[in-house]
Amino acid sequence: MSSVLPVSPVPLGAALPRPAAARRKKAQARQRWINALLAGVALLFLTLFLFVPLVSVFVQAFAKGVDVYLDAITHPDALAAVKLTLLAAVISVPLNLVFGVAAAWAIAKFDFRGKSVLITLIDLPFSVSPVIAGLIYVLVFGLQGWLGPWLRDHDLKIIFAVPGIVLATVFVTFPFVARELIPLMQAQGKEQEEAALVLGASGWQTFWHVTVPNVKWALLYGVILCNARAMGEFGAVSVVSGHIRSQTNTMPLHIEILYNEYQFAAAFAVASLLAGLALVTLVLKALVERRVKAELRAQQAAEAGA
Amino acid sequence: MLSRLLLKQRSVLPGFNLALGFTLLYLSLIVLLPLSAAFIKSSGMTLQAFIDAVSSPRVLASYRLTFGASLAAALVNAVFGLLVAWVLVRQQLPGKRIVDALVDLPFALPTAVAGIALTALYAQNGWIGQFLPFKVAFTPVGVFVALVFIGLPFVVRTLQPVLEDLDRSVEEAAATLGASRAQTFFKVVLPVLMPALLTGFTLAFARALGEYGSVIFIAGNLPMVSEITPLLIITRLEQYDYQGATAIAVVMLVASFVLLLLINALQAWTRRRQGATT
Repeated sequence: MSSVLPVSPVPLGAALPRPAAARRKKAQARQRWINALLAGVALLFLTLFLFVPLVSVFVQAFAKGVDVYLDAITHPDALAAVKLTLLAAVISVPLNLVFGVAAAWAIAKFDFRGKSVLITLIDLPFSVSPVIAGLIYVLVFGLQGWLGPWLRDHDLKIIFAVPGIVLATVFVTFPFVARELIPLMQAQGKEQEEAALVLGASGWQTFWHVTVPNVKWALLYGVILCNARAMGEFGAVSVVSGHIRSQTNTMPLHIEILYNEYQFAAAFAVASLLAGLALVTLVLKALVERRVKAELRAQQAAEAGA
Repeated sequence: MLSRLLLKQRSVLPGFNLALGFTLLYLSLIVLLPLSAAFIKSSGMTLQAFIDAVSSPRVLASYRLTFGASLAAALVNAVFGLLVAWVLVRQQLPGKRIVDALVDLPFALPTAVAGIALTALYAQNGWIGQFLPFKVAFTPVGVFVALVFIGLPFVVRTLQPVLEDLDRSVEEAAATLGASRAQTFFKVVLPVLMPALLTGFTLAFARALGEYGSVIFIAGNLPMVSEITPLLIITRLEQYDYQGATAIAVVMLVASFVLLLLINALQAWTRRRQGATT
C-alpha cells in the first residue's frame, strides 16, 4: 500500500497546477507517517513478545555471576541431561530423515491411490498435543498398557526410561524432513531420474547422484528443524520420563526441576544453552532457506523455459 | 504387491515398493498404532463413565480456559501477524533480515525456555510485569500471553508468500478509481488475503490448543481457574487414572483432527485463490 497514490498522466512538477501539487505532497507526507506508525507498532510488538524474552534468558542466566552460571552447566545432573538430550536427537533425527526421504520418494515420484490421505497422515503428529503424544506411548508400553506385562516379564523398561524418551521425541519430530522434501520433489518431477535410468544408471546410483544433489538444501533444512525440536521437546518427554535425576532427565526437564526448586539462575543458565541452540538454528535456517528458494526458482525457471 | 495394488500407472523408476512399504510401516508403528491405543482404551469405558470423565466441572473449566485463551491468542496473532507480515514484505527497514529471522523464534526456542522466560518477565516484579496495572503471571491472562508467543509465526509465515505475490497494480488501480486507503484495504487487499489469514489463524489456534511447555510455568495451574486441558491429562495420569486421562485426550484429539481437516481445506482454498490471481 506504500505506493497507493493517484497516478497522474501529467509529468511531475511544472505542469501540475499548484493546489494539486500541494495536495500530492501532503498525501505523500501522510502516507509516510502512516507507514512509519505501522512499522513502529509491528516492531514494538515483536520486541515485547520475541526479542525481550530472548534477551532475558541470557541476562537471567548471568544474574548471579559467571561462577553460578558455570557451576550450573557443569553440574553432573546438567551434564547427564545434555547427554540424554543429544542421544535422543542423534537417534530420532536420522530415523525421521530416512523416513522423510522414503516418503518423499514414494509421494513425489509415483502416482498412487490414497496419496493425499498419506500426506495428511504424515502431518498428524503436528496437530497432536505433545502431552497426548506421551500419553499414547504410556498406553502402549506402560505397566498397564498393551505390552506392559510382556515387557515386565522380560525385564525391559521403555516408559520412565530412555527408550520412551527417544520414542516420544521421534513422534513429535516425525513430519519435519518429509514435509520439507515432499513439495520440492513434487515440483522437480521425475524427468531427470528417468533420464539417468535410461542412460544406464542403477536405481541407487540415480538416487545418490541425481535426486540427493537436487534436494540437499531442503534436506538440510528439514534436519535443522527436526533437530531443534528434538532437543527442545518438553511435554511429550515429560509424560514418559519419570523425572529420574541424571537418568531420565533431558535438558528441558532439568530446567523445569531447577526452576521449581527456585534455582532461577541455574535454570536460566541451562536454558541459555538451548536458547543459543535456537539462535544457531535461526541463522542456519535463514541461510538454508535462501538456498531452497533459489533451488525452487531455478526449477520453475527451467520449467518455464522447457 | 503394493505397486500392483496402488499405482495408477506403471513407472520406470524403481523403489516404489520399498519406499512406500517403509513409509507405511514406520507411520503405523510410530503414529497410527499408538494413536489408536487412545481410542481403543477409551472404547473400553462405559458411555456414562466416558461422559463423566470428559464433562466434570473441573474438566469443563479447563476446556473453557484452553479454547478461550487459544481463540483470543489466535485473534491477536491474526491482527498483529498480518501487520508484521505486511511490514516485512512491503517496507524497507534497517535490519529487516534479522527481524524476519527472529519471527521464527517461537518455532526454534524450546517451549520450556519460553515458559520460564515469559514467567520471569510478566511476574509482578518482572521487567514487563512491574509496569502493568493487573496481574499476568499465574492468571489466565498469562496463558493467553504464552499462546500469543507460540502462535505468531504461523500467521506471519502463512501470509508472507501471499503478500509477496499480491500485485500492487491492483491496489493502485483501486486508488486511481478513487478508493480511500481503508476502502482499498478492506475491499481489495483483505479478500485476497482472507484464505491465508484464516489458515494462519487456524494453525495458530490448533497449536495453542495442545500447547503445554510454555504455558504451565506462567499459568499458575489453579484447578477451575488457570488449569489447561493438557495439564489436566497429566494430573489424571499422575493419579493413575489412565481411563480419565485417555478420555480427555480423545476429546482433544477429535478437536485436533477436525482442525486438521479444516486447515487442509483452507490451504486448498488458498492455493486455488493464488492460482486464480497469477
